Amino acid sequence: MTALQLMLFGVAMLFAQAGFAARITVAAAADLKFAMEEIVAAFRQANPADEVEVIYGSSGKFHAQIRNGAPYDLFFSADILYPRELVQAGLAASEVIPYARGRIVLWSATLQADKLTLATLADPGITRVAIANPRHAPYGRRAEEALRAAGLWETVRPKLVYGENIAQTAQFVQSGSAQVGIIALALALNPQLARQGGHWLIPEHLHTPLEQGFILTRRARGNALARRFADFMQSPTVSTVMRKYGFQLPGE
Amino acid sequence: MSLSEADVAALVLTVELAGLTTAILFVLGTPLAWWLARTRCRCKGPIAAVVAMPLVLPPTVLGFYLLQAMGPHGPVGQFTQWLGLGTLPFTFAGLVVASVFYSLPFMVQPLQNAFESLGERPLEVAATLRAAPLDAFFTVAVPMAWPGFVTAGILSFAHTVGEFGVVLMIGGNIPGVTRVASVQIYDHVEALAYDDAHALSAVLLAFSFLVLLAVYGWRPRAVHSS
Repeated sequence: MTALQLMLFGVAMLFAQAGFAARITVAAAADLKFAMEEIVAAFRQANPADEVEVIYGSSGKFHAQIRNGAPYDLFFSADILYPRELVQAGLAASEVIPYARGRIVLWSATLQADKLTLATLADPGITRVAIANPRHAPYGRRAEEALRAAGLWETVRPKLVYGENIAQTAQFVQSGSAQVGIIALALALNPQLARQGGHWLIPEHLHTPLEQGFILTRRARGNALARRFADFMQSPTVSTVMRKYGFQLPGE
Repeated sequence: MSLSEADVAALVLTVELAGLTTAILFVLGTPLAWWLARTRCRCKGPIAAVVAMPLVLPPTVLGFYLLQAMGPHGPVGQFTQWLGLGTLPFTFAGLVVASVFYSLPFMVQPLQNAFESLGERPLEVAATLRAAPLDAFFTVAVPMAWPGFVTAGILSFAHTVGEFGVVLMIGGNIPGVTRVASVQIYDHVEALAYDDAHALSAVLLAFSFLVLLAVYGWRPRAVHSS
């Protein structure tokens, strides 16, 4: 065997290795940031050989990316409509699996948020309110719906700043640059944010339910690890984590 | 394929931001470039490096530091609040400050090159004709370095138009205030509004081509005149 052949063989082996190592990439809505980390940690404990990589962002962005061939094996959307559309477009390898129902809350790092209500946002003292971008972030769309339903949209609108996803929205508030934000309950319950003040739960009747669902993408067809991870999502371990972060589970 | 009102607003805002940034950079960048071109100070290296840093740094680094510094708990934020101006993130003024940092090398470096290529001679001659240094600068150096000013202005303007990451981090995406064209395109794409994204992208594509054409078209004449 010549040196060149040996080298090519080595390279081929490297690729083969990469091919066999079980590894999946998960695209998750930003509201899952903290819950998903615990879920993946629990999954890894039970399956130490497997790699699960999670990318967080807005559900609308992931929807657009998957339509354009993004290499995600599973897609957890904060709005079940996005995975439904992907199933219809033939881009999924599973049905849509509902996994939770989310809630929106008022949260602040500088004001006592549990004493706030939506009406407080109209106060002249509050100059900046952060929400996620309603055009492609489900939590932002619900925030807009709730403000409209409360008759506050036109008053609050000039104060709004828009986060690219719900995690950036929380960051705008956490830094104090926006005094109040409408963020995901799941983020407000994270210890780091909870330490900086309470939250006020926005009544669910003010917005359409934040029904959340996930799919295996077409790319994950026949991927055993992706299937196992999907099954793990139905386990009691995951239910405990999801409840801890304020999610209601399907059928509850 | 046509531009919506929001697209036009984003374009207007982009031009305002780039125009104001370029104007401020002319004021700040000219003396800085002049000093860099002529100093023999040992601190020249470090300062030139600091000026060039936005070329290398990811915009997220700049955005992160600016957000920290200009937020209500940061030093700049404390200062602006003390002045009664509030805080800079999510404001047009905040974007201008960020853009000045972001585009600084695009102003300073072409000017510095232009000043350096003048050499000592013209200013020495001016001095023998009893021109004061400031007088010599405006009547000799500026006219001779004119192509450098044009290049620096065009590049600073264009680079600010192309700003995205910093704006996304400190802008807050407010229509008419911080939603510039690049962010508007991003929103269109995320919302799968590809027709809108195409229309606005085409405008920016044509713009950047014309800008570069102007810069490279200018160069030969600049060489010719010197």
